[in-house]
Formats: sequence, structure tokens, C-alpha cells
Amino acid sequence: MTKKGWKDLPTGGIITKAGSALDFKTGDWRSEKPIWDKEKCTSCLMCFIYCPDSSIQVKDGKMTGIDYDHCKGCGICAKECPVKVIKMEMERR
Amino acid sequence: MPRRALTGNEAMAEAMRQINPDVVAAYPITPATEIVQIFASFVSDGLVTTQFIPVESEHSAISACVGASAAGARVMTGTSSQGLALMHEVLYQAAGLRAPIVICEVNRSLSAPINIHCDHSDTMGSKEAGWIQIYAEDSQDAYDSVIQAIRIAETVFLPTMVSTDGFIISHCMQGVEILEDKQVQDFIGPHRSAYSLFGGAPITVGPLDLQDYYFEHRRQLMEAMNTSLTTLDAVNKEFKQKFGRGYDIIEEYKTEDADHIVMAMGSTCGTAKVAIDKMRAKGVKVGLIKLHVFRPFPHEQLKKALSKAKFVTVLDRSDTASSMGGPIFVETRAALYDQMPKILFADYIYGLGGRDIDIEEIATVIEKGEKMKLQGKVEKPLDYIGLRE
Repeated sequence: MTKKGWKDLPTGGIITKAGSALDFKTGDWRSEKPIWDKEKCTSCLMCFIYCPDSSIQVKDGKMTGIDYDHCKGCGICAKECPVKVIKMEMERR
Repeated sequence: MPRRALTGNEAMAEAMRQINPDVVAAYPITPATEIVQIFASFVSDGLVTTQFIPVESEHSAISACVGASAAGARVMTGTSSQGLALMHEVLYQAAGLRAPIVICEVNRSLSAPINIHCDHSDTMGSKEAGWIQIYAEDSQDAYDSVIQAIRIAETVFLPTMVSTDGFIISHCMQGVEILEDKQVQDFIGPHRSAYSLFGGAPITVGPLDLQDYYFEHRRQLMEAMNTSLTTLDAVNKEFKQKFGRGYDIIEEYKTEDADHIVMAMGSTCGTAKVAIDKMRAKGVKVGLIKLHVFRPFPHEQLKKALSKAKFVTVLDRSDTASSMGGPIFVETRAALYDQMPKILFADYIYGLGGRDIDIEEIATVIEKGEKMKLQGKVEKPLDYIGLRE
């Protein structure tokens, strides 16, 4: 999303669109990124239980991925994973 | 135009009656109490249609004002000293939210020690809050400036405070020319705001604004301040043209041939004019610059007005504890940095806690300045008037 300059923003910092919190990607200050190995994952969902930010995506009882828009890179999932299929990698942006 | 004997407080209350704001939220404080007390009686007597909100503190008063302003209302309040200090954090919010609120302020010293009389410490404590600041010289000026302030605030979307010197103006009676109610309404026009909670599509006011946007929003505020001088000037010109009187951002008194300039704000300007007349009778080429607006600081106007000055005597009715002198002195010197080698400055802190200043005292510092001007050297860049050693 291209951010507007000061001349184009609404006066007084108001938000003119409802539901704009959906556009707020709270994970953009992450410094480490969890990398998940789908093949070796047993879908025990320990990561899902421990994730403090609801960033483990699950469908029909199976882990399907990580929500990088909101994951802060805390590493708890990698630490708690009993089969060690989540690795933390440095991330530069 | 009817002329009535009014105190500064009565004149400001009368201006508020004619403005008929949608909302007034206020808490009493000496010496500004009367402004909203008189206004409250206008509300009770049905002379205005204002929603009056009595609150439990000045913090609540200005908070209610910000909420009402966000809702699209024309909002005013009155306060002084500790009351303005208690509003402090919300003053920044009013400015950041670009709420065009107008405060009728009465200058009073700040505690401790406790004192109810005039100096400019209270509004100087708010000079970085993003509010336009207008300092009235007398009741007429206060009345006219409050009316102008509505137009100014609602053009640049910056809150504006108009202040009078506590007791000296607020409680002293003076002949004041009052406009017709219709003239005031026509001049201020319908309320304008940057946005309104009742403006149609839903909006969010005051959301969290972090590293990625806060800077841009503050830059908007800086720009509004930068451009507001043009608006202040335009509104005053229109007022002058319609009603035959007005107040320039800086007023120059007998400065045409003056190489010695006295600078002051508020009621002292009247005293200084008499002192200047007296010194001129002795052949001293001295003039006065009255700062009518302190925020935004009129640096370009001052650069021009002081371009021929050799010596500047600054009268500061507050000391901001910077250890560098009063705020008028510090900011004027900063504004004139590029031409500094040519201009000598002396600052005098005076009148703290309401101590009187008289014609003789101002004439004495003008004489001192004349000596320093001839010597080409400032012995004491910071001194005091009327202080016991």
C-alpha cells in the first residue's frame, strides 16, 4: 500500500473509511520470521495454542500456514513445536 | 455604533453572546470567572441558544469542547492561569485534531507562590501547543479579537486563544464600541470545521497514529501555523474595512524614523506609548512594536519592522526559566539572527504577579538603552524592572 504524503491526508488525522483496521498490518516490525515445513508438520497444533497473536492459520483441524501480516516473530511457535518443523530466520525489509 | 462602558471580561462575554456558540463548557477561575458567569446568565435568560456545560475542572471543560467541536459545533470557553495549565494536555489534542475552539483567556501568573494577578506565564506555558495566540491591549481589542478569532480558527482549523491582562484589562472599565448582533453574525458566517462526526459518512476521530503517519499529521499542523499569518492579516483587513478599526499582527507606533524600538505585549503597550511620547519630546528617536500575535511568531513582519533598528528594548511579562531571558526576547533574537550584528538587544522582565509598571520606569529603560546604543555595547542583556534586590 502506498502511503500518502502530508498534503493528501485528511486534516486532523481522522479516518474517513470504516473497517480500515483490516489494512493495519501489525506484523510489519517483525525482525525474525517463522518458516514452517509443511511436509514434516504433524498438525499437533501446539503452535496454535501458544501463539500469542492468533497468527497460526488452521482449517479443518490442520495447520495451513502463518499469517505474516500479524505475526510479530516472537518465536514461541518454533520453541514449542515438538517435531521442530518451525525455524526462525532473520528478516530484512 | 453603540458605545458602552465595559470591563474586559464583560466585553469578551458580550462578544460571546453575539457569536452565540453552539456549545460552551467552562469551569470558573479568577480573573476569568466573570466571562462565563456573565455568559451563563445570557444562557439562562434565553439570549443565546448555546448548550452550556458546567463541568468539574478545566481538564473536563476543554475535553468537552474538543468532543463538541468534533461533533461539528462552534465551541468556546474561558479560563486563566492554573485553569489553562490544567487544560495543557488537551490543548495539544485540540490542535492535533484541528478543532477550531476559541478560548477567552485572562493572563494570570502561575503558582507557586500563589498569585491571582497578571503576568503572561500561563499562556507562555501553552505557546508550543499549536494554538494561535492573540494578546489584547484593552477591552475594545479583546472584544474585536474574539470576534475575529472565530473566523481565523474556522479558516485555518487551529484553536485560538485571545488573552487580556488579568485585572488590568479584565476588571477595568473602558468605553467599548459594540457591533450590531447581525454585523457579528454576518462577519463570522456559518460554522466551518475540517470534519464533523455528523457530517454524513462515518469517520474515526483521534485514532492511534504511529511511526508511519504521525509525522505527516504534525507536518499538516506546522503548515496550518505557517499559513495562518496570511489568514490573520486577511481577517483583520476585512474587519477594518467593515468596521473602521483593527489590529495588525504587529502594530508599529512612531517607528518610521526610530532607531530604538521598544517591544511589548498586552496592556503595557498603552503605557509604553505614553513613555515613548515623553522621550520623543526630549528628542529621542524611539518607537514601539506591539506584538498582537505571539503564535504563530510573526518573524517575517519583525525582520522588516526592525530592519532599521540599532537598539531594541524588550519588555517581557514572563520568564520561561530558560535562563536566556523572556520569550519575546529569545524568539525575536532568533528571528533576527541574520541581521544581529547590527542590532543590540536588552531584555527586561517586569510585572510578574501583577506588579505595576509605570511610564517613568519605561522611560528609564529607554534612557538606559539610548546610552548602550551610543556606547555600542550592552552591559546587561537581561535585567528587571521594579524588582527589589
